[in-house]
Amino acid sequence: MATANEPLIERHTVKERVVHWAIAIVFLFLFLSGLALFHPVFFWISALFGGGEFMRWLHPLVGVLLAILFAPYAAGLVRDNRWLPADQAWRAHMWAYMKKQYHPTDTGKYNAGQKLMYWSMVPIIAVLAVTGIVMWQPWFAPIFPATGRRLAGLLHAVGAFIMFVGIGIHVYAAYWTRGSIRAMVRGTVSSRWARFHHPGWYRQVTGKEP
Amino acid sequence: MALQSLDIRNRSASTFEGPSARQALEVAKLIDVSRCIGCKACQSACMEWNDLRGAVGVNDGLYTNPADLDDQTWTLMRFYEENLPTGLQWLILKDGCLHCAEPGCLKSCPSPGAIVQYANGIVDFHEESCIGCGYCISGCPFNIPRLRKEDSKVYKCTLCSDRVSVGLEPACVKTCPTGAIHFGSKADMLFQAQGRLADLADRGFKNAAVYDPKGVGGTHVVYVLPHGDHPEKYGLPRRPSVSPLVALWRSGFARTAGVVTMVGVAVAGILHYMRHGPLEVPEEKE
Repeated sequence: MATANEPLIERHTVKERVVHWAIAIVFLFLFLSGLALFHPVFFWISALFGGGEFMRWLHPLVGVLLAILFAPYAAGLVRDNRWLPADQAWRAHMWAYMKKQYHPTDTGKYNAGQKLMYWSMVPIIAVLAVTGIVMWQPWFAPIFPATGRRLAGLLHAVGAFIMFVGIGIHVYAAYWTRGSIRAMVRGTVSSRWARFHHPGWYRQVTGKEP
Repeated sequence: MALQSLDIRNRSASTFEGPSARQALEVAKLIDVSRCIGCKACQSACMEWNDLRGAVGVNDGLYTNPADLDDQTWTLMRFYEENLPTGLQWLILKDGCLHCAEPGCLKSCPSPGAIVQYANGIVDFHEESCIGCGYCISGCPFNIPRLRKEDSKVYKCTLCSDRVSVGLEPACVKTCPTGAIHFGSKADMLFQAQGRLADLADRGFKNAAVYDPKGVGGTHVVYVLPHGDHPEKYGLPRRPSVSPLVALWRSGFARTAGVVTMVGVAVAGILHYMRHGPLEVPEEKE
């Protein structure tokens, strides 16, 4: 893709990338350990994390770590993820976009699909954090009434399920859109890539017409 | 409990067909509240047999002592002063695990084998497999299991499964000085309870009832309540059942459907890639 003489554009700062991959690792642990507690067929996963008792102890602590990492990360991304009238068109043509039959020409730093991901992950992670605290034994759960703990358990499972589906789509979309993973690993994209996928952002950072 | 492994019928978080080579009689403990004098001998016997000693607490002016069930108190005499149509009544309930036929704790538990149900109906916690998540506490419609902070393990009445397995009655039954607690086959206990209801009706307790709630499939601790029309006055839920929130949260069907959907997302990604290929920057954009 990127050729030697082609100018590279920075898309993600080092800090952004480090935090992103830290969140990815933390999410992977939370997802796998949560899955072990969610369905007996996957309880064996607890063996990877020091056994059920240790894993159950670790899961909420790592959950706090996710919240600590995610909150400032999401705050830093909110500006570029504001929902704009132009995003409506992408949403209307979402299926066509996935079939490569539609490509908008005014996309900013993030396209509408990425914004939808952002705006679904923010409330889901908030719900997971709050319900996780309500379920947290032995420290916080005893404070809450039984109905609260039961509802928290249900919402935590549903939230985790939605988050898995969301992150699954996110990972696949990054793989599918060639150049994205490189952007999150190395931080840069080719100007060709920027002009094609995010022309609005290209104009913004280079001052040139895409 | 290795000797009893032949009698395990249900095991938490397990795809499990219980061994069925030998049959066991379904047992029950009958607690006849009308005969209880509130002496707490059962509470002491429970502590003695199970070798439990709670920390010395503070008397808060009630006969109920300690104030609540805990990891050292698996059965507790609860005293209620209730204003009933028949006048002020002192109601006493021997609180503890009811050993549900359809236990919410076992349904909720994510740790394989931490909670088991024996063929005789006893629901037992195997603390060595307990991971301390507390789901059983949320699953229980009677608010019985107690998590010990020091070891993050959950404890409750075992119905003296160790004694019962060698043909003895539970310690509380053995010690009760008024014969308010009986132990035997569930059928016998229900038969005996009917006799008690007839006697209570003769004495004017027209609303006396047997508490063997069907919402949890019946229980293996059965109460005779003189004021059976007001179980809540004894601190017992009127129509207990596993909360619908827990039933959905820990539903095998819903959880399996969730896992299948998650696998489906991965499959959809693979199929999409095979059908449409990657999204690359077109060459003509050069």
